[in-house]
This record gives sequence, structure tokens and C-alpha cells, in this order.
Amino acid sequence: MTALTHLTMAEALDGLAKKEFTAVELTEAHVRAVEAVRPFNIFITETPDAALSMAKASDERRVKGEAGPMDGLPIAVKDLFCTKGVPTTAGSHILDGFKPEYESTVTSQLWRDGAVMLGKVNLDEFAMGSATITAHQGETVSPWSPGAPGAWEKKIVAGGSSGGSAAVIAARAALGATGTDTGGSIRQPAGYTGTVGIKPTYGRCSRWGIVAYASSLDQAGPMTRTVEDAAIMLRSMCGFDPKDSTSVDMPVPDFRAALTGDIRCLRVGIPKEYRVEGLSPEIAALWDQGIAWLKEAGAEPVEVSLPHTKYALAAYYIIAPAEASSNLARYDGVRYGLRVEGGNLKEMYENTRGAGFGKEVQRRILIGTYVLSAGYYDAYYNKARQVRTRIKWDFDEAFKSCDVILTPTAPSTPFAIGEKMDDPVQMYLNDVFTVPINLAGLPAMSVPAGLGADGLPLGLQLIGRPFDEETLLRVGHVVEKAANFTALPPFMA
Amino acid sequence: MSLDKATVAKIAHLARIKVPDEELESLAGELSQILTFVEQLNEVDTKDVPPMTSVAAQKLRRRKDEVTDGGYAAQVLSNGPETAEGFYVVPKVVE
Repeated sequence: MTALTHLTMAEALDGLAKKEFTAVELTEAHVRAVEAVRPFNIFITETPDAALSMAKASDERRVKGEAGPMDGLPIAVKDLFCTKGVPTTAGSHILDGFKPEYESTVTSQLWRDGAVMLGKVNLDEFAMGSATITAHQGETVSPWSPGAPGAWEKKIVAGGSSGGSAAVIAARAALGATGTDTGGSIRQPAGYTGTVGIKPTYGRCSRWGIVAYASSLDQAGPMTRTVEDAAIMLRSMCGFDPKDSTSVDMPVPDFRAALTGDIRCLRVGIPKEYRVEGLSPEIAALWDQGIAWLKEAGAEPVEVSLPHTKYALAAYYIIAPAEASSNLARYDGVRYGLRVEGGNLKEMYENTRGAGFGKEVQRRILIGTYVLSAGYYDAYYNKARQVRTRIKWDFDEAFKSCDVILTPTAPSTPFAIGEKMDDPVQMYLNDVFTVPINLAGLPAMSVPAGLGADGLPLGLQLIGRPFDEETLLRVGHVVEKAANFTALPPFMA
Repeated sequence: MSLDKATVAKIAHLARIKVPDEELESLAGELSQILTFVEQLNEVDTKDVPPMTSVAAQKLRRRKDEVTDGGYAAQVLSNGPETAEGFYVVPKVVE
């Protein structure tokens, strides 16, 4: 039998149903794996005791015939989701000691459906980053890094901001993990680690209880090793929540049923503007290969145009910091987390925020403060929101002639920790293919599709119409089958 | 767009973030890089284009104006760095 930590969620559910193993055995194997991945600095907080008691309760439910759709599956939670009684840090010094008194809607739904929590995993501070290197708790190293753990030839990034979530499933220390995606933070790390990640349509998953970065862009989603597992986990994460004013009241389909393998006559849009300067030739070739796979499966590729693609990053780097500067105003040393005293209230605020926020977070708060300040609001913030409208219109137009869009997930393979660090704008370019989707509120996913010449994973991105995650998953499933991505990272727990 | 040290100091104050003087120069450089990068937006024709307020085509929901939650001050205060008698404690703000 396959090691318990190498099972997919679908296989694990099957094994549990057939009583080949118990949820406690499955969880124990994963708790050992969590210990084994410590050199990679993936977990901020391990919760083995909670995991084992949740697993025990799961086994009891199964005996009574009350098992839920994810019952007994051990998963990790990005440390941006509030978890009752378990420290929630957002990767920031400023949330030192914060233990939420409440549970985020998304995680509460996962526990409702029987999932087991292994712990909270690393991210870029406040989800601002593309490499999982900015957290106060240190950087996460990808299990794809060559060499022995701790003595790597080179430390490869896991991507970000959901880098801990991507690393933990690639390293076989969890069957799945929650992520959040504001500009690519699920899809880019999925692409960088050979895993599957979905950013659902804005409004599909409740944002309640998730530490906010940029509220008009943030969306939670599943990260798993297969498309089928993503469908299983997505179903538990989605659903209407009256506590989130932008949550959409729509029925949640059985996403697994969408994986029919039949994409005949489906029109796949290929946006010509995504052939950007600096796109690596191997990624261009993989993209062409992806088009060929879909064509072989009976789909029809059509060229589409998204003329404002090149302006998406610039619009994003106004809108996201603007929203962040407002959202992060709440960290002031009064209600939770760190307080650094000062001579008066204002000094206390300034000292607390100066010491508590890392450099990248401070940069984004300052940019946001500047673009929202009197005299600049129209020139920057309103202009960016107008460009955002045009980007959305581009997609509306493109979806008149296609049903789904295929692009690469990122313009290059994962880089090493220490590269691309000097110039913030260079780092932002990682997100060139993912950011437009958040601006337009669309669903998208990354599917592992191959390896680069450096032996590191490459992903393809699919973009769908609003609330059409089913088509996304159906096509993603076909890409997954055709790509037959079986490569494994050098380290697995 | 290029920001000088004084402007950065002013923004930092507005954002209530203490930035040591010796870091203002490099921060001004980094912020200027970002602002120069976003200037390309001026190339886009946005005449008569409405600024986006929501990606989801839906109206905000309404509900009855009534209490649906609350009554647990102790939990609300439990994460406060300093609290007393059901309140958060802050440095004195009235002379």
C-alpha cells in the first residue's frame, strides 16, 4: 500500500470508507511528517494534539455512519485564517500573542465537513509577497530545493504568499491546505511546487475571519496535489455567509461531478498579450504544449485579446496598497498583539507599527497612504480603479468568444532565496499573469504541467467565467491527465 | 514621480509608522521606483470609464436593524495588551 502521506484526498477517503486505516492512523502518519519537515520552516504553529483528537472524533463519526465529505483528512491552514484558541500571526510580529476568540467561516466549514487540522503554515507577512520570505517567523524553503535538508545546494522559494501551504503538500506533510489569493498567492506557489491551486470567483468563499490584505481582491481557495482533491476541498470551503457582505448567495455545486473529461467543442481562449517580453522559451513551449493537449481532447483554441494586461500590475500596486493601508490601520497596539510604549498615544501607535510591521508591509502601507492622500486620490487611486474597469471589460469581451482561457501561471521557474530581492518592482513581475484575474474577480487555477530545464515545476493557468469553477475544473482535469505530472520533489516527509 | 525625504517622513507620520531618519533616504528611493512604475497608467484612455467599486454585480444586502451578536466583552478584551475593568487602557489623551 502507498504510504499514508502519499495518498490523494480521494484515495484517503476511499481507504477510510473501506476501513483500510483509521483517521487516527492517517493523522499520526501526518503528525510525524510535520515533524520531519521542520528544517523547511513550513509550520508557524503545529497542533498535533488538536489533530489527534479531531481524528479520534472523525473515526467515531464514521462508525456511526455520520462521516462528512472531508472526514478524517489532515490539512494545514495558512496562518492568515483565524482559528479559535490557536495563535494566528499573519506572519507578522505585530500579531504577537494573538489568539482569536472565533473561527473563520472557511475553516469552520472544513471542520464541519470532518477535516483535521495539523497546524498553521507560513506565508509572506500579511500575504504581501511572492516568495514566503518576509514573515517575522523566517523564510520557508521549498522541498524542491536540491540537496539535503539544512545543507541545500541552493534554497528555492516555495512561491508566495501561500508558500507554506504549497510546500507542506509538495513535501507530503498534509493532504491539502488552505490558501488565499490577492494577486496570485495561491496559483503562483502552486505552480512553483508542482501542486494544484484554485482561486475561486470573488464572493464564492467567505472572507470572514481571514486577516484582510486588500478586501476587494482577497479570496480563499484550496491547495492540493490533484484537481480532483481541489474539487473536494473547494466544495467544503465555498458557500454563502451573511457575515461577509460580499459573499454571494448561490448554491455550491458538487465540483467533483464536473470532472467528466469531456471538453469537446469547448473554446479555449489564448490571450496574445500574455506572450510578454521576458517570457522564458521553455514556458512558451509548455504553453503551446498545453494548447495542443486541449486540442487533442477536442477543444478548439481561439486567439483572444486582453489589451490592458500590461497595466494590471500597475493598477494592482495602487489598489492593493490603498486597501491595505486602510485594513492594517487596526494594528495599533490597543486591541491585540504587540504594543511598544511611547510618551503619548500617538508615539505609542508609531512605535508599535514601526517595530511590528516588516519592511515590505511598511512599504505598501506608505504607498497606500500616499495614493489616498489629498491631492493624489484622483491621479492614482481613481485612475487605477478606472483601469481596473477596463481590465474587467477586456475579460467580458474575451469570454464572448471563448469558454475558458489558458495561460502560463508565472513567467519563469521558481528562483532562489536571495535573488530578485533588491528591486521591489522586479519581485512584483512574478505576478504578471495572475494579478489581472483578481482585478476582474474571476476564478482561476494552476495545474502542474511540466519541469523546467532546472528540474523545477512549471504550471499552466486556466481562467474561467464568473462562478464557472466547474468548467475550470473540468479543463484542469484534462490538462492534468495529459501532462501526467509525476515528478516528485527531492525531499518528502 | 520622485519622493523626497520630507514627503516620506510626512506619509510615515500619516500612516503612524515610526521610520528612523537614516532609513528615510532608501525608503524614498524604493517608493519612488514604485510610483514611477505605476505612472504607465496615464497611457490608458479612461475618459468616461467608471471607477470600479465592486467586481461582483450585486447590491449590498439589507437586514433588519437589530442586535444579532454580542454580549461577550471579556472575549473581545482577551487579546488586549492592557485592559482594566472592561476597557482597553491607552496612554492619557486628555490634558
